[in-house]
Amino acid sequence: MEALTALIIGLLVAGAVYLMLARNFMRFLFGLILLSNAANLTIFASGRMTLGAPALVPYGAEAPLGEVGNALPQALVLTAIVIGFGLLAFTLALAFEAYRRLRTMDSDKMRYAEPKEERE
Amino acid sequence: MMSWLLVMPIAIPFATAVVVYLLRMSPSGRWVSLFGSVLSLVASVALLVAVLEHGVIAAQMSNWDAPFGITLVADYLGVVMVVITAITGLATAIYALGEIPERVEKLGYHALFQTLIAGVTGAFLTGDVFNLYVWFEVMLISSFGLLVLGGSREQLDAGIKYVALNLVSTLVFLSGIGMLYGVTGTLNMADLREAVANAENQGLITVIAMLFMVGFGVKAAVFPLFFWLPASYHTPSFAVSAVFAGLLTKVGVYALMRMFTLVFVGDVGFTHEILIWVSALTMLTGVLGAAAQTDFRKILSFHIISQIGYMTLGLALYTPLAIMGGVFYLVHHIIVKANLFLVSGVANKLAGHTDLNRIGGLYKSSPFLAALFVIPAFSLAGFPPLSGFWAKYLIVKASIELDNWIIAFVALFVGLLTIFSMTKIWGMAFWKPHPDGYDPTPDRAPDHVRVPMMIPIVGLAAMTIVIGFFPEPFVQFAEVAATQLLDPTQYVETVLGARPEALFEVQPDIQPDAAPGVRP
Repeated sequence: MEALTALIIGLLVAGAVYLMLARNFMRFLFGLILLSNAANLTIFASGRMTLGAPALVPYGAEAPLGEVGNALPQALVLTAIVIGFGLLAFTLALAFEAYRRLRTMDSDKMRYAEPKEERE
Repeated sequence: MMSWLLVMPIAIPFATAVVVYLLRMSPSGRWVSLFGSVLSLVASVALLVAVLEHGVIAAQMSNWDAPFGITLVADYLGVVMVVITAITGLATAIYALGEIPERVEKLGYHALFQTLIAGVTGAFLTGDVFNLYVWFEVMLISSFGLLVLGGSREQLDAGIKYVALNLVSTLVFLSGIGMLYGVTGTLNMADLREAVANAENQGLITVIAMLFMVGFGVKAAVFPLFFWLPASYHTPSFAVSAVFAGLLTKVGVYALMRMFTLVFVGDVGFTHEILIWVSALTMLTGVLGAAAQTDFRKILSFHIISQIGYMTLGLALYTPLAIMGGVFYLVHHIIVKANLFLVSGVANKLAGHTDLNRIGGLYKSSPFLAALFVIPAFSLAGFPPLSGFWAKYLIVKASIELDNWIIAFVALFVGLLTIFSMTKIWGMAFWKPHPDGYDPTPDRAPDHVRVPMMIPIVGLAAMTIVIGFFPEPFVQFAEVAATQLLDPTQYVETVLGARPEALFEVQPDIQPDAAPGVRP
């Protein structure tokens, strides 16, 4: 299962890099979403994989009995997902507003804050 | 008591943010924001006093013992950064009274500003790597908002680049945290020190260290990861760019200093050697980039990059003197750089633009402003007796002591080129007559705008002079900070609570349920 997860993370990163190399900012944003999920999966996998053993404490016991899944990475991933969702939602709104005002999604044509390539 | 001291500098800006957001439609919001900034400064100074008295102090949030819960820690470096953040916050809050138009205030400027300060302060105080990530995000999302607030085309364009590159760096940092947890099983920085040293796979630790270096390197704007900075810092309002210039990149430098003195010290020959050359190239490319610019704020933005190089160099040389120089540089730079951006805002108000080709005559008609520009500008370049001289002196001396003559030469040469850029601003904005033929006299800005804008400039310039003429206490402070960074035994023991004698020292004035590091 670890090998499969590692492979999935690798594929996500590869797809993310491919998308992020595009000039179109929307593609970059989709790449960022994939990369964000790859990072989340990395954290999840770093807590070690445990099959079918939720971190639950049985009634009356003080600690979980036997081997259970590591709950901490799940909490970390949850935090990271929430934060990532907020940031990506902001970025999407920013992209939309930029498209509305600048009339382009091509990052090469976004040259309002920096000097243009050809000097006037 | 201790945990309150540590929580207040973070909680006050958050509380202020909530109140000023509710008051965003009312003109009283800006005064509440100012009041919140004053309170933050008081809380930070109280923390500074406590740290001076007890050394490192730590508090476990919700009484979850370290390393399981989140720890807030203040050592000398952390607390001085908190104080300087509060000072910068107060200075820009006053400045904003004059500069920020009502339209932007109604969009929630003050709330975003306060959450930014809270995020920065949190990053300086946390003792947990994942919590550091969270504070980075608090800081980032507020800075995104502040950057595009107002919504001009330049700002949106700058926002796209700033947001894109910073999000990528965040994800690199996050993956690094994930792997670090996978290898060591802990996220508490003090606990990580030992766990990382004992890790079996030291090769993997070095890889993780590089992930952290890249993640923080983007935030700190080091070569070759700085491209977002000159693309964005000249677009927002002047108060915002001053706070960005003063604080945001420095959080990256602080995080580098923290992680590469406390946690990743297993392979100093490799990681810190990379940092040395990165720093040298950062200094050079920054200052050369500035030489090519003719916009007031763009020149200053490139100079942030070149100055970052000095700070990371202090860390990279990794001797007590060098780290002391790095800490001193960090403090001096925040004051000076924020002040220069504030001056550029006043110059813009009086002369009508920030493009140096389109302004002039400020020396003749506003000599007071000219004098206030010269102080931080010469301090930045390292003129004695201003604060920048001592900062540069320590760094250069440290590199000469290591017989690293190339680095010493680069550091001095970059200082020379800094003077070149500063004299360029001086010659074009202050000396030559205004190209439109009018005198940019101070009364071109009405009193209620000009006075609040000038107060923080005077205050910060006075601080530069004080540090310059009386460097002794500041250098001593930096020396203790460097000692604590290089030998973090006290830090580790305070966080993990293995310091019973210290506990007895502070016991009389603390609540038993909030005692730092008490283990049941």
